[in-house]
Amino acid sequence: MSDNAPVLHAVFGRLTLDSLPLNEPIVVGTFIVVALGGLAVFGAITYFKLWGYLWREWFTSVDHKKIGIMYMVLGIIMLLRGFADAIMMRLQQSIAFGGSQGYLDSHHYDQIFTAHGVIMIFFVAMPLVTGLMNLIVPLQIGARDVSFPFLNNFSFWMTAAGAVIVMMSLFIGEFARTGWLAYPPLSNIGYSPDVGVDYYIWALQVAGVGTLLSGVNLICTIVKMRAPGMTMMKMPVFTWTALCTNVLIVAAFPVLTAVLALLTLDRYVGTNFFTNDFGGNPMMYVNLIWIWGHPEVYILILPVFGIFSEVTATFSRKRLFGYTSMVYATVVITVLSYLVWLHHFFTMGSGASVNSFFGITTMIISIPTGAKMFNWLFTMYRGRIRFELPMMWTMAFMLTFVIGGMTGVLLAVPPADFVLHNSLFLIAHFHNVIIGGVLFGLFAGINYWFPKAFGFKLDPFWGKLSFWFWVVGFYFAFMPLYVLGLMGVTRRLRVFDDPALQIWFVIAAFGAVLIAFGILFFLIQLAVSIRRRESLRDTTGDPWDGRTLEWATSSPPPDYNFAFTPVVYDNDAWWDMKHRGYTRPQTGFKPILMPRNTGTGVILAGLSIALAFGLIWYIWWLAAVSFVGLLAVAIGHTFNYARDFRIPAEAILATETARTRLLAAEVTK
Amino acid sequence: MSDAALTTTQGAPRFYLADEHEHEEGGSTALGFWIYLMSDCLIFAILFATFGVLGGSYAAGPSPKDLFDLPLVALNTSMLLLSSITYGFAMLAMQRGRTGQLQAWLAVTGLFGLAFLSIELYEFAHMIHEGATPQRSAFLSSFFTLVGTHGLHVTFGLIWLVTLMVQVKRRGLIAANQRRLACLSMFWHFLDVIWIGVFTFVYLMGMLR
Repeated sequence: MSDNAPVLHAVFGRLTLDSLPLNEPIVVGTFIVVALGGLAVFGAITYFKLWGYLWREWFTSVDHKKIGIMYMVLGIIMLLRGFADAIMMRLQQSIAFGGSQGYLDSHHYDQIFTAHGVIMIFFVAMPLVTGLMNLIVPLQIGARDVSFPFLNNFSFWMTAAGAVIVMMSLFIGEFARTGWLAYPPLSNIGYSPDVGVDYYIWALQVAGVGTLLSGVNLICTIVKMRAPGMTMMKMPVFTWTALCTNVLIVAAFPVLTAVLALLTLDRYVGTNFFTNDFGGNPMMYVNLIWIWGHPEVYILILPVFGIFSEVTATFSRKRLFGYTSMVYATVVITVLSYLVWLHHFFTMGSGASVNSFFGITTMIISIPTGAKMFNWLFTMYRGRIRFELPMMWTMAFMLTFVIGGMTGVLLAVPPADFVLHNSLFLIAHFHNVIIGGVLFGLFAGINYWFPKAFGFKLDPFWGKLSFWFWVVGFYFAFMPLYVLGLMGVTRRLRVFDDPALQIWFVIAAFGAVLIAFGILFFLIQLAVSIRRRESLRDTTGDPWDGRTLEWATSSPPPDYNFAFTPVVYDNDAWWDMKHRGYTRPQTGFKPILMPRNTGTGVILAGLSIALAFGLIWYIWWLAAVSFVGLLAVAIGHTFNYARDFRIPAEAILATETARTRLLAAEVTK
Repeated sequence: MSDAALTTTQGAPRFYLADEHEHEEGGSTALGFWIYLMSDCLIFAILFATFGVLGGSYAAGPSPKDLFDLPLVALNTSMLLLSSITYGFAMLAMQRGRTGQLQAWLAVTGLFGLAFLSIELYEFAHMIHEGATPQRSAFLSSFFTLVGTHGLHVTFGLIWLVTLMVQVKRRGLIAANQRRLACLSMFWHFLDVIWIGVFTFVYLMGMLR
């Protein structure tokens, strides 16, 4: 990277023309495709005059359902990017044998595995999980919105801003080459003088603000806004897991914020937290980041356990087996997730006693998880199981996750970990639990709640194709990595010497291709379902014969969710209502107070991107201007006191009468 | 919501509230702000832990005994503690509905906060002048970061305080403003608690090291 002259440096910082990766054909090709795609989307929106609609109805919306959907869209778009990284790695590793260097140089390859990890965790799994919680939790507890609707919108846009910052690194400069947790001293300024780690830091800091605030928001929502009668032990299990997850978010993400801030100081100011000299201690970074990092994996998996609980009960047509033990298991996992972080670096040399403690706590986690597994099995036992898509994903999860759990217990044994540490066995293990757990669960959730969000079901044919390609592809892609890991192959390698290993990598690459088809068929499923939406229409609001309150509303629910606040007597509140003579109220509606839309969230997130960009490229004037802008807009927003409006009773009457007609037509059909 | 709505009147139970209640506006704010404060507290916990690990790593540079001026820190501490008391008086004035008194106490609180910051900056400048910069050793890195983060919080607290004074002047003691004053109150006292930790663990125990 060449340096700018002093004048240019004041304006552009360290950003030069050389920062654009024009000499890397793969990146240029990607850029052209993305640019063309972006132009097409932009043009289409302009042509169909949708900007106003998008701005008014979506971008500025404070409706938890729309924000949830936007989170899901963000997660699915970023899944494509994260998967593109994955399949590039699989291809590289399957051909770089016998003296071949493959097609990726190390500079590029190292960015790819870092970006893959960061994107999949922060910008795929997190938005999808947060999106589902946003969409469903208020409906499940009989609320009309979350506690802080504006904050919800702001949180989403900060997450999206983080994703934008990561995507910018693809075309302007480069991304980190450090692995997804950016361990120092490698990530420190001496070894990573480029912008890569700075992109990493600021993307996560910006997105982290959103994650933390959405955590606070959902905790308050669940604690404060439940319908009358819904005591804690009558909450649906998904709401319980959402509560625990958000407690974890609030208790874990500040640690990430703090540790990244310390790394930032090391890089920008020259402090000595994680340096090798002047008393710094890089091992402290590893400890701190995993104090966040281990709870993080439970942040992802707990809500998904909730999804499986809802799906299993609904599609077995039985009350969930062992509700109380399910809740306690969730809470125990929440607490234990803070007592296991050291198992990520048994080999760092903490000593036998410390390693034993963390090995044992890690193994103990399998007990509540096993209890959950048996609860699901006993729910299915003698149930009338319907093999719809959500249930299929759930059963694939149960089989796959148990394998991942068992390899996890293997890794929890410190002596075994000394052999398996940093090997492909570990890679296979965590993909086994994250794909087999989180991702399968998200697909179950998407197929389950899609009709609630949009008013029509997803097409089962393409869904099943996607399902089989995903599941089979997963086994092809990751079982070979277990074998390779046991043979001692370590992670993040770019080229190999031993030709005997190649076949396993080829099998893994084949699996990745199957998964690519799984993703493609999922996208086709969405497209086909939108085209066939009339025949897939859900007019009842309760397409699966559901058990919890979200199915009491129409599909999609009205802006206010519930015309009257429901009263809850049972865990399965809606099931109880259906079987004890609930009649929908058709008159007597009163005006409902709802929060007003606002564009402040979008503006703040945009300024955050500018701030991050300025800091990444040392463009100090831009950083200063956007920081002052952020403060001014935030303070300005607090001067707006008129945040609510009333939906008049007539409007509610009209909406509800329309639904009454739909339901009547359904009965006569 | 009355209990009557929950109990079954003969026959079918009532599954919804006919007499609609609205969630009180801002009903979750106190809880939400508490949770936010606890998350902020965790950031400080990490900084304290970092100081705990690195606080003895002088790298052959200056140690607390060479740097800390306890009488100055005691003065500084008293500024912040006094500002907490005066904020308490401001809240009492708010509860009595006396806007003028409230504004006066807020102003006094702000001045104490400003004094605290000035003394802190003077202390920092003095240390840096003596060559005890944040880059000098891990001890100094963690010292400046912990104390500086607290100072940064006080700075944002001051900006917030001024904003609220303007808002109270414009709108009076409406419910929203009272809620905001209560939040800032929690924030301010929280910073006080953190400072007591800093004073004890960094300064007092630093001198004992």
